[in-house]
Amino acid sequence: MSENNKIRMQLQCPMPKLDFDVITLGHGSGGVLTNKLLDSGVFDLLSNDILDERHDGAFLELNGKTAFSTDSFLVSPIFFPGGNIGELAINGTVNDLAMCGATPKYLSLSFIIEEGLPVKEFWDILVAIKFACEKAGVQVVTGDTKVVEKGKGDKIFINTSGVGPIHEKANISAKNISVGDKIIISGNVASHGMAIMSVREGLEFESEIISDTTNLNHTIINLIEKFGSNIHLLTDPTRGGVATVLKEIAQSSEIGIDLKQRDFPIDEQVASACELLGLDPLYVANEGLFIAFVSESEADAVLATLHQDENGKNARIIGSVVQEHPKQVIMESAIGGKRVISMLPGEQLPRIC
Amino acid sequence: MSEYRDPELAKKYLEEIKNTVSRPWSIMEVCGGQTHSLVKNGIIDMLPDTVTMIHGPGCPVCVTPLNLIDKAIYLAEEKGVILCSFGDMLRVPGSQKNLLEVKAEGADVRILYSPLEAVKIAEDNPDKEVVFFAVGFETTAPANALSVVHAHRRGVKNYSILASHVLVPPAIKAVIDDEESKIDGFLAAGHVCTIMGNSEYHPLSAEYKVPIVVTGFEPLDVLQGILMVIRQLEQSKSEVENQYARIVREDGNPEAQKVINEVFEIRNQMWRGIGEIPESGYAVREKYAEFDATKKYDVTIEEAPENPDCISGQIMKGIKKPFECSQFGKKCKPTNPLGAPMVSSEGACAAYYHFSGLVEA
Repeated sequence: MSENNKIRMQLQCPMPKLDFDVITLGHGSGGVLTNKLLDSGVFDLLSNDILDERHDGAFLELNGKTAFSTDSFLVSPIFFPGGNIGELAINGTVNDLAMCGATPKYLSLSFIIEEGLPVKEFWDILVAIKFACEKAGVQVVTGDTKVVEKGKGDKIFINTSGVGPIHEKANISAKNISVGDKIIISGNVASHGMAIMSVREGLEFESEIISDTTNLNHTIINLIEKFGSNIHLLTDPTRGGVATVLKEIAQSSEIGIDLKQRDFPIDEQVASACELLGLDPLYVANEGLFIAFVSESEADAVLATLHQDENGKNARIIGSVVQEHPKQVIMESAIGGKRVISMLPGEQLPRIC
Repeated sequence: MSEYRDPELAKKYLEEIKNTVSRPWSIMEVCGGQTHSLVKNGIIDMLPDTVTMIHGPGCPVCVTPLNLIDKAIYLAEEKGVILCSFGDMLRVPGSQKNLLEVKAEGADVRILYSPLEAVKIAEDNPDKEVVFFAVGFETTAPANALSVVHAHRRGVKNYSILASHVLVPPAIKAVIDDEESKIDGFLAAGHVCTIMGNSEYHPLSAEYKVPIVVTGFEPLDVLQGILMVIRQLEQSKSEVENQYARIVREDGNPEAQKVINEVFEIRNQMWRGIGEIPESGYAVREKYAEFDATKKYDVTIEEAPENPDCISGQIMKGIKKPFECSQFGKKCKPTNPLGAPMVSSEGACAAYYHFSGLVEA
């Protein structure tokens, strides 16, 4: 988020005056303090007809095929260049729904807060949530707040679940992937993970590395409107990065994938940060990126459409689906050698030298 | 960086290698970073069949003695220290478990990029003891030594290092001396020479009649290094050459050497999987004994046996390839490593496992 946006948001949503500065166990007890916290913040800020009923659950009207998804968010630090855990939690579930070819509509929102979180920080997170919801066109319709003792959490954990109707032209399934399909990536890889890492490690570059967190639903629906069932599969390479996601698809769908390292879009500073920390950008997390498997005949047109979109201006074709080597992802290295892409055994650990 | 990854130039080097080779040669890349680059860039399969790359002992994580890992685990678990380490050390198996598991069980184990951060942690936590697991080749020795000097100057009493430094030239000597070894030439580790310079390699290459080329880590560096070794071999030469001249000076970095000598002295060193190699490691000098975790804490841990199925010693001496091990990809995988070369991405076994597609994850 830019500085200007931040200031605009703070002006539009000034923090209410409260008689407490930090969140304590009492705020999660369901009593007076809980109500104070919710009334003075959450309900006002996220107000809509369904949420305002303040019932135990939300009453929704859903017709036809519906997508449903859930995700939990724990990130340290909770504020990072380009955003905070609040918008991450909204965008994450919005994007998961979008990857199903759905228009995200309603979300649930649950907080697990570690006692001691400054109310100011909670407010900033709420404001980010409000704006992320507006941008994505979704409503928070139900939620929950719990507070855990100091040391039993990491400032704040957020869970969001969401539903949305699947677009009538969408037919997203790994079963639709066929030999010849082109694999398109919507933008630069590894920005989110390296934005987080560079804060954690105190790395400084000429300009800050910014997380790519954003909602992709409008971009996706536009693609589906235009290209319908020629979009075979959509997936967002969050945890585990591009390599893990593609390997999973190759393995479960028994297809072969060929990639070219040279074609991967990556910001130069992000690439340097990866080199410096001994991390492979292909395994680093992204939060505003998607991969599309599309019919070969439509690939160039899809790419051209993406290039018109803010979320797709750096989109590139990075590879294709091939008959050979089923279940394997093979990458042509920058110098033309070949290597197999596999999943990581666990967390990516930085190398010594 | 892209200038060292130019596919056209790579093609030219490969052509030149093919045109120069007249008989089979075995070349060892000493450094794990080079192994990583070879495998990650698919270079091994691009080389002519007559050129065999043998992956050396140059992964510091892989050769850190089992007993020392057990000591680190003991300090974190039993002594309640804040144990700081480089990242890829955490998954290396000790005799019972690894540091990641110890961390999961509640010990304070932290991943750092620099030992100076550990000194800072010690200053910020005066009521806790902080130990840095100082692992590495000559490359990481200056920073580790500097952390001791720094702590000494600032009067930080709760900081110490658990040192396991290994030195490259004695390892090359040990590899050549091994009767089963069949190596014709070496790519020496560029980063090590950045610190130490090239002088130690001249007597080695003269005595054993082997070409040694100080080489970098980018794909074109490695290809050029291989070509330089092959040219020497074909002309029956055995010299020290510097492929990595853009970084490495003949006398290395004297300032860095000074701080190493200030803190460390040379000692015999155990190499996991290989055994003891004379004068191949660094010990903390008596002057800085209070910063030496092995002296600060009275830790004697019984020597545990290595997993009998692991042939990492033969792998690291280049006698066997990872896929010649009966457990490779079967009992031994990155998720369940029997030995250290399967852990670090610089370890020969893990590099083969990840990148060469011999086995499925």
